Amino acid sequence: MSIAKALQEWLQSIPKLQMQKRSEQWLQLLCPAEQLPELTRHLVEDEEAEFATLLVEESAKEDALSVHYLFYLPSTGNLIELKVEAPAGTELPAISDTVHAADWHEREAWDLYGLRFSGHPFLGDFVLHDDDWPEGLDPMRRSFDGKHRPDLHGSGVDWAPPRLLQEEGAMVFPVGPVWGDFNESGLWLLETPGEQIRYLHTRLFYKYRGVEKIAEGRTVDQGLLLAERFAGASAFAHAWAYCQALEQIAACQVPTRAQQLRIVFAELERIRHHAANIAEIAGSTALSVAKALAQGIVEDLLRLSAQLCGHRYFFGVLTPGGLREDLDESKLKLIKQTLPELDQRMQLLEKQLESSSSFLDRIEEMGTLDNELARIYGVVGPIARASGRSIDLRRNLPYGQYVFLSPDIPVEQEGDGYARLRIFFAESRISVKIILELLPFMAEGPVQSPCPIQEGHALSWVEAPSGATFHWLRCTGDGTITRLRLGTPGFRNWHAFERAIEGAAFQDFPIILATWGLSIAENDR
Amino acid sequence: MSFWPYYGLQRGITTTSWPDGAEDSAGITPGRPRARPTERAEEIAAVCPTQALKVVRQDGTDGVAVDFSRCIHCQRCRQGENALPWTTDFSWGAPSTSAQSTLGSRFTRSLQVLYVDAGACGACVNEVRLIDAPPYNLHRLGIFVTATPRDADVLLVAGPITDAMRTAISKAYAAMPEPKRVMGMGTCAINGGVFGESFACAGGLEKIVPVDLWLPGCPPPPLAIIHGLLSLVGRVAPAALEEQP
Ligand code: SF4
Ligand code: SF4
Repeated sequence: MSIAKALQEWLQSIPKLQMQKRSEQWLQLLCPAEQLPELTRHLVEDEEAEFATLLVEESAKEDALSVHYLFYLPSTGNLIELKVEAPAGTELPAISDTVHAADWHEREAWDLYGLRFSGHPFLGDFVLHDDDWPEGLDPMRRSFDGKHRPDLHGSGVDWAPPRLLQEEGAMVFPVGPVWGDFNESGLWLLETPGEQIRYLHTRLFYKYRGVEKIAEGRTVDQGLLLAERFAGASAFAHAWAYCQALEQIAACQVPTRAQQLRIVFAELERIRHHAANIAEIAGSTALSVAKALAQGIVEDLLRLSAQLCGHRYFFGVLTPGGLREDLDESKLKLIKQTLPELDQRMQLLEKQLESSSSFLDRIEEMGTLDNELARIYGVVGPIARASGRSIDLRRNLPYGQYVFLSPDIPVEQEGDGYARLRIFFAESRISVKIILELLPFMAEGPVQSPCPIQEGHALSWVEAPSGATFHWLRCTGDGTITRLRLGTPGFRNWHAFERAIEGAAFQDFPIILATWGLSIAENDR
Repeated sequence: MSFWPYYGLQRGITTTSWPDGAEDSAGITPGRPRARPTERAEEIAAVCPTQALKVVRQDGTDGVAVDFSRCIHCQRCRQGENALPWTTDFSWGAPSTSAQSTLGSRFTRSLQVLYVDAGACGACVNEVRLIDAPPYNLHRLGIFVTATPRDADVLLVAGPITDAMRTAISKAYAAMPEPKRVMGMGTCAINGGVFGESFACAGGLEKIVPVDLWLPGCPPPPLAIIHGLLSLVGRVAPAALEEQP
């Protein structure tokens, strides 16, 4: 669809703004830095654009950076890219006071590129921890050698956030980085006068593997292995986004059968992801039977996955241009036979949980993110949909065969733990439906078409189980990656998590954490 | 009103009988490639993106050896006309070169494990979470998970050892009472896996603490994790990290 006339006219009225159509769908605006705040404010507040991701690239010459602010319009499915050139030493105006969703992106760009944003209140100690990493060394810069650990060290002083609570008897209670039985590493500092949590400081990136940096200089084939493995619980979604970028660069048409099978895999992954979250929610409230039942579903889905493609987490299924292997009739039949039974077990579990009032007491009105906060923070995926925001890239920016499917998008208004639980159940049910309805219409034919390596760059996206994910890939003609940007849903949603904790009782922290179901691996990259 | 015990009973017993009985349910493991003698060794080895497949020549015959510590389960050597044979086993735990003796009889019915995530992707985390789920039920084997290093006999680490987790791992190790054992799980923990050694990752647990047992796989399935833990106490026979044709 083309961009609304009113928006086009408004844009034309702005001096010194260059417009360029990159495709029917994608409008690029080259804008001077000083216009950023007003432009982005207009896009988000008046046009209801969603912030997709912030992308920084270092140009070949003189340390200059080009900074791309990517937005999309959910109503029309258009992409809007604001591109700003930032010669060495430039400071850009922070947009995070109007587009709060960009807040963490600016902090990240400061840490990794040394790009300063004037007016941003909290630059520093984010991806790179100050006690460990020296000030002024920017790892994403070309001049930095990412192969080895630098010989320098940080301050060595244990990090402590500013204490906001100044009451008698107030204390800071740390959770992490190693905590609980099988949890991902992260640090949460709970500020409390005793019973109630007043503020939460989240410190992540204990799992920072520098994936975007180490991808540079590797081949696009090795990049696929990384895309699959940096967030293994949604490996297929990220590998799909990555392959789409390469397919765009090569203008490769993926055969219909492969496109349909991709949906089958992606939806299976969504069901398994959600079932695992449900298991964690039940476990956090000490409902061990419910947890066990959910885990049984997770395990059976993993076994089904391995029977389909050889791998329990769909590693090695995708290849640019299609799939590595076809699913033959017997495997499609296996899905047809297994899935309805698993779906019934899910539905039964949902009923059992809903009639368990002591369980509901613990998740209702718990960890609430209201609709307004969800909008301001630009949260994505099930978290957004549980807070009344009906956004799903499968419908708003359809890709692959989703163009023809337009799946149902469940929405809940309350934004609490119970709403999120219902969303997890509803989405799994819809995913089952998508798969079972698709199977009778499988096209015949190959599952792979050639996808030659070419110089170029592309932006691609997928609605991963945890929400919208955007990949940006740039590669040379011999297939070397020069930039891989992974804009992940985890990075978006963790940003808002702090707001859902404020005011909660101390012992509810693990429950709220479970109802959000966020992956740290996906956030940290 | 709580019907949960009833709901649980309704589902029946789903727990595997392994290691006492055999276990070959479909999909319980991704399996892994087997070494074999072949004329086309060079071609086969070239398929592997991580050099886990090696060409070996013995007495004039060619073969492909598999170095499991490098295998990231990309499945490329399972597909196509040059496919290697593929096992459906999961007994993958292999002693390291610096392994201490097995923990012995005092621990066979009570082993406390501390899990530390050092940058693992969601897949290893998910597999480790399943080891105490009903299909596998770790507790029936007398293995328990603890959250404190002071109680722990085994340190179980997954991930490529990110920079920020180095200190946490050494501290946890130092706080554990003797005798203690360390197990590195997943190809990432062995040598960094796809992430390798970099500015952000040490690329191998051995650079931080001495390791007794390696568990290759990307990710190793739940039964492989249990195999690793059981071999630390000597209840099952350990495997090797490499297979020769
Ligand atoms: S499955 Fe393992 S051995 Fe086979 S090609 Fe992939 S990494 Fe190499
Ligand atoms: S070994 Fe594989 S599955 Fe495990 S953390 Fe590393 S990439 Fe993920």
